[in-house]
Amino acid sequence: MAPLLDVRDLSIGFGTAPPVVAGVNFSVSAGETLALVGESGSGKTLTCRSILRILPGTAQLRRGVIEFGTGASRTDLLKLSNRDIRDIRGDRISMIFQEPMRSLSPLHRIGNQVAEVLTLHRNMSAAEAKKDVLATFERVGFADAERAFRAYPFEMSGGMRQRAMIAMAMVAKPDLLIADEPTTALDVTTQAQVLGLMKDLQRDTGMAMILVTHDLGVVANMADSVVVMNKGHVMESGPAAAVLGAPGHGYTKKLFAAAPMIPDVATPAAPVEQDDLILELNKVCKTYTVRAGGWRATKQVHACRDVSLKLPRGKTLAVVGESGSGKTTCARIALGAENPDEGSEVLFRPTPGAEPVCINQLSRAQKVAFQKQAQMVFQDPYSSLSPRMRVQEALTEPMEIHRIGDRIARRDKAAEMLRWVGLNPDMLKRYPHAFSGGQRQRLSIARALTLDPVLLVCDEPTSALDVSVQEQILILLERIQEGMGLSYLFISHDLAVVARIADEVAVMRQGVVVEQAPPETLFYNPRHPYTKALIAAQPEPDVTRPIDLAQVARGAGSPSDWPDMFRFDGLNAPDLIQIEPGHKVRCHV
Amino acid sequence: MMFIRYAAYRLLTMVLTLIVVSMLIFVIINLPPGDYLSNQIAELRATGQAEGVAKAEFLRKEYALDRPLYQQYLIWVGVIPGPQGFSGLLQGDFGWSFEFDAPVAEIVGDALWLTVLVNLAAVLFVYLVALPLGVLAAARSATWVDYTTAFIGYLGLATPNFLLALILFYYGHKYLGLPIGGLMAPEYEGEPMSLGKVQSILVHLIVPTFVIGTSGAAGMMQRLRANMLDELSKPYVETAMAKGLAPSRLLTKYPLRMAFNPFVADIGNLLPAMVSGSVLVSVVLGLQTIGPALLTALKSQDQFLAAFVLMFVALLTLIGTMISDLLLVLLDPRIRYGAREG
Repeated sequence: MAPLLDVRDLSIGFGTAPPVVAGVNFSVSAGETLALVGESGSGKTLTCRSILRILPGTAQLRRGVIEFGTGASRTDLLKLSNRDIRDIRGDRISMIFQEPMRSLSPLHRIGNQVAEVLTLHRNMSAAEAKKDVLATFERVGFADAERAFRAYPFEMSGGMRQRAMIAMAMVAKPDLLIADEPTTALDVTTQAQVLGLMKDLQRDTGMAMILVTHDLGVVANMADSVVVMNKGHVMESGPAAAVLGAPGHGYTKKLFAAAPMIPDVATPAAPVEQDDLILELNKVCKTYTVRAGGWRATKQVHACRDVSLKLPRGKTLAVVGESGSGKTTCARIALGAENPDEGSEVLFRPTPGAEPVCINQLSRAQKVAFQKQAQMVFQDPYSSLSPRMRVQEALTEPMEIHRIGDRIARRDKAAEMLRWVGLNPDMLKRYPHAFSGGQRQRLSIARALTLDPVLLVCDEPTSALDVSVQEQILILLERIQEGMGLSYLFISHDLAVVARIADEVAVMRQGVVVEQAPPETLFYNPRHPYTKALIAAQPEPDVTRPIDLAQVARGAGSPSDWPDMFRFDGLNAPDLIQIEPGHKVRCHV
Repeated sequence: MMFIRYAAYRLLTMVLTLIVVSMLIFVIINLPPGDYLSNQIAELRATGQAEGVAKAEFLRKEYALDRPLYQQYLIWVGVIPGPQGFSGLLQGDFGWSFEFDAPVAEIVGDALWLTVLVNLAAVLFVYLVALPLGVLAAARSATWVDYTTAFIGYLGLATPNFLLALILFYYGHKYLGLPIGGLMAPEYEGEPMSLGKVQSILVHLIVPTFVIGTSGAAGMMQRLRANMLDELSKPYVETAMAKGLAPSRLLTKYPLRMAFNPFVADIGNLLPAMVSGSVLVSVVLGLQTIGPALLTALKSQDQFLAAFVLMFVALLTLIGTMISDLLLVLLDPRIRYGAREG
């Protein structure tokens, strides 16, 4: 039997340049999942969009055939008129996009946007459509479907919005679902649940699925067959088990090597020495007062509560948690960018044995000195460098502000820092747009280093980067730490990234630290259900080890649903208790 | 329910703003040394006309110009009694125009609603022209449609209004038989409203509307085009495409709704810009709006007339912003439910 979708010799290009997708072949059968794997710029997104012909206006479909359908209705999608392809879109082939935050219109109710598919393709009345949509909402896991129908996108979390997107794609029961990085923007526990949902739905309806992703772990959990793309060409393709089990092509092997993984640990690590602390957070709380607008009552939001962290000199302390867990608030407080509540204490010792300074009570002069010693690396290298400043200006500006050296000395320092981060000093005259994402993150790191800081706060420095680049940045950070004796406070949502760089990990949930230990200890003997869920939710590039969804569900839910031993009673959390040397868990004894 | 509460709240802030504005206007008008009457007295003294001086002195007392500024203000507003008892804005007495030697109400009377009429027509023109052209230019960006609308738009922005007025008058009269100058045929002036008068006004409105509205429409069109282009590259447009929506329906349902916010928010800015911008045009076209009256009043320090006209413009502005704020709340759920988000 012919496959449901057959892509042959597909080429896409821009202008007169050589094609960015060249001679791509693959096919998908009903009920099957195909994963298109590759890094940014590999052409995987263009390939999947060409199926529905949703391409940028300047893209040209140069060659190829995309056959879709069964029996007599089988046609070449590329030859259909605009009108006919519109009948296919959303009805027989539907699509889910990467950013659930921006893929829904903020001005229309969710129900309206989802029901539109049915009124458009099925000629249903609004009432009939609503009935179907409510049923689909229940299927994708909305507890209160009626409410979700009336809600606007901004009233929902990222995971809920992606469920709404899935509902929109599924409501017309398509033959083929194309998902373009559907879980990349989500927290790891949410990702696990969304992937589980997509798999369930596929089993129910027997539809085919094309999953575009850069994450081999996601591939291993979802795909029947794999197509690995690089620079517009197919590098390797075949059944998932074969490709993942024994990658043949060098590029696939490279992707494998770079994929962050939670290591199997044989023995727990010794507790981290805590005699020379560079940074110490003692019982730090931060409460925001949210004004509800007009004359309504104000609301208190506890961004973090009772957080105590100790960072020994020359070590790396990682704070891990999902969005909204309070990890970034902690970082901002540690840098003095935000004042903690009364009773909190943040101590900083610039040199060993020095008298500690209290960061939230600095004089003006002390503050300037502190800002020199503590620097930050930001998450998004695309927006953290001014596009109108040359690299040299960006790198020397901190020194100008702190009046260090003269022009020549500053330039030499900038050149030296570029060498440190593995870039060529010739690049000083260029503008940031001439650099790739990884190179920009190197520039951000170089900028943070120009003031010879002793403490570096890294706020998700790798989460906007491709896996292979992420690997390189982590290696760079390690090398710099060794060479310069820096201490890192490392903020991340990804346990696997943290596993390789951290000396100690604090797992945060809803503003409190729920478990804290060296990474080896944490992976060897995770005690808290949330930590277990985080570890379980990490997709591994191994088809024989699928995500344990039950484990994820146990820990990722609301803290009031955790087992008795760990349960929060409203805002009252149990105490953080040391259960073995260097391993603390928030639980009732 | 929430909307009514918000509207009430907005109305309250509008009244408060109006009070502050009235103080500012009164203070600023009185900033230059002297007033209309003291200037006149000085002039009469210099030319030796003693009986004129007595009359002017009398008027100064009559209109409390000899009192301290804050008292003058309170009398003008009508919260403390002046020489004729309570007689200020609150009582509907707008004061006396020294320049025209007549009550302000009488001078601005007809001009007031003609101003509103001319400017409403111009605003309507702006929106009716800018909306379709802006959307069209964005949807067909970088094609001849886009370039043509942009060209016409820049012409509209760059041509001085009075020049445009003269050109349109000439050709309008030559080929279409449109009347020149004024807002109605002379025989209807001062007459009660009749069908003929309405017709005459409408025919006279064509050219002024076009002249006053063109640059506003051109600017608005370019802004709408830019907003639409921004919105067209947003992911939710792709989502709608993937749903199988037809292009025209897609355009109007999603990106246009989003690009509409700044469009609506502009109403507040448009009104005062047009009123003050149309002063020159009104002079050139001989329109009986309050524009020319304002110009004369400001030149001769005719303070009650100037203050009243400025108050009127401020009121128009505030009403405009209030309308746009209320519309935004109706149009955008994020503003409506903004509080829930936190």
